[in-house]
Amino acid sequence: MQPDSRMDLTIGPNQYFWDAAVWQDFYARVADEAPVERVVLGEMVCSKRLPFYQAHILPAAERLMAAGKTVALTTLALITLRRERKLAAELAAAGLEVEVNDLSALAHLPEGAAFSVGPMVNVYNEGTLRWLVGRGARRVCLPPELPPASLPVLAGACDVPLEVWGWGRLPLAISARCYHARLHDRAKDNCQFVCDRDPDGRPVDTLDGQPFLAVNGVQTLSAACANAAHQVNRLRAAGVSALRLSPHSGDFVALARLFRDLLDGRMDAAEFSARTMPRAPGGRFADGFLTGAAGVAWSGAQVPDADHPSRRGQEAVATAAAALAGKS
Amino acid sequence: MAEMMELVCPAGTPAALRAAVEAGAHAVYCGFADETNARNFPGLNFSRVELAESIAHAHRHGAKVLVAINTFPRAGAEETWHRAVADAEAAGADAVILADLGLLAHTAEHHPGLRRHLSVQAAAANPDAINFYAETFGVRRFVLPRVLTVAEIAAINREIDAETEVFVFGGLCVMAEGRCSLSSYVTGRSPNVDGVCSPPDHVSYEETDGALAARLGGFTIHRSPKGAPAPYPTLCKGCFTSEGVTGHVFEDPASLDASELLSALADAGVRALKIEGRQRSRAYVGQVVRSFRAAVEAVAAGRPVPPGTLAALTEGQAATSGAYAKTWR
Repeated sequence: MQPDSRMDLTIGPNQYFWDAAVWQDFYARVADEAPVERVVLGEMVCSKRLPFYQAHILPAAERLMAAGKTVALTTLALITLRRERKLAAELAAAGLEVEVNDLSALAHLPEGAAFSVGPMVNVYNEGTLRWLVGRGARRVCLPPELPPASLPVLAGACDVPLEVWGWGRLPLAISARCYHARLHDRAKDNCQFVCDRDPDGRPVDTLDGQPFLAVNGVQTLSAACANAAHQVNRLRAAGVSALRLSPHSGDFVALARLFRDLLDGRMDAAEFSARTMPRAPGGRFADGFLTGAAGVAWSGAQVPDADHPSRRGQEAVATAAAALAGKS
Repeated sequence: MAEMMELVCPAGTPAALRAAVEAGAHAVYCGFADETNARNFPGLNFSRVELAESIAHAHRHGAKVLVAINTFPRAGAEETWHRAVADAEAAGADAVILADLGLLAHTAEHHPGLRRHLSVQAAAANPDAINFYAETFGVRRFVLPRVLTVAEIAAINREIDAETEVFVFGGLCVMAEGRCSLSSYVTGRSPNVDGVCSPPDHVSYEETDGALAARLGGFTIHRSPKGAPAPYPTLCKGCFTSEGVTGHVFEDPASLDASELLSALADAGVRALKIEGRQRSRAYVGQVVRSFRAAVEAVAAGRPVPPGTLAALTEGQAATSGAYAKTWR
């Protein structure tokens, strides 16, 4: 147990398709006000979105760096098209730190060049971690589903900072198929960018009305919002040195401040969770990946917020976690 | 006459392996009975002794055996995966099918003479990824993820100096393989870590209001009218609702059948065709392999694939050519 060890906050790349003005404002506020050490920018999900805000990325990066934050640019999580490969090559040549979220980006990074590894790369064991560090990785955000027992083993195997998913809907899968377009009976090539209607993803419920997943273009996420609050001490003890906060709509600077209060011991996990519940997309929390349970499980108090916007007017349904409790 | 595409066939048991070899498989793929392979189902897969005997049998009949060691080793337990690679080599395997970077590095260093294939679980989806694995770890063949069109596969083959293998029949992943945590989100057990997806011990059925709900980890994946067949609740093939739209949000409960694309895949430069189904019976494996062997012989001879030979095999299930057609997206 190292209670004094510092834990940093990283704001990960926005996973959703936001209006360019909203995007710009988000990062301007983060630069000026958010108590976070590091920000990863760029498009991880769909290359078709990039032209709408690409011109704003470098100015945002400059503003963030001027505010003293470390900045990295993410690659796409799934690179298939020629123009997507070209994007990865341009990213590698941009001069900023690259967060690799598809291993093919390594082909564009010269041997020995420093980079970081994002949560979409499969780092499950010390052999893979050591290989990546040997190739130039200076920091690794681990995959959300990594078993927690693996954390101290990985932390002991290298001396680069390790980060885990701390907040926001969990990225669970990526596909060639666009589910937003499919839900609108459109082909991906004619999607008309309908994913811009859902700044936190579009909810997918079971036929029983249980909140289940969320779709975001070609990406599938959890309906529940990951919240690492109850696991912070365990994560510190395991050698994790940063939490990743994944952007959502609403006042994200306020959320980052609450996280800082939590990490600095000014607030406990229960209070943190009660205060952040209104900001949780989907109106429920999950931390099962961090405890070794099913990812959807939540170790905090089961007090679903009846007034949460996503739950208003819905009949009370048995929570997923309650259903799971009898199983795991 | 063009070179015949290699038919790579599934075997969950030694009996299925013999059935596949007898039916004309050029190669059979299988795994050890543990978490080192992505079909870690009870009662399935091979012991060390079974593997050695099966490889000897296959070699006597001119077929190769490829050993899938394609989950991601658990931290602190890499030795289990390292031993699997060593034992596969000792048993005479013609290649190992790997997904994990660290395991590829280990195998390239400690078993340089053992041929390495990249598993679909590594989802190498573009020429840069393929060339990276080929140059860094000497990978000779790439099982392509099921996210690419035939045209994209052809373009990849023009830019690489390695073989490609594609799935043509059987179960269909909708998501990029090896990049999917849906199963562990709901059940705590995942393809990457445990070699299972939507595991049966987390499945339950409940009859309510004359309908049968099939649940996974407590979540309703399907609801079937009483008496109608209830499909297995594979997570991504379920029926869900999103803001008033109800349906198969991710994929219909269809299986992959690319048999009509075999000529196009040959023209695209594909070296090997893979049939999914290590969990299937030896009778099924024999039947599918026999049909596909006739089909690849026809393609190599420039004859049309005999129509209808494979239709019966999808067992009444809907079939799709999946991502190979761009409209799927």
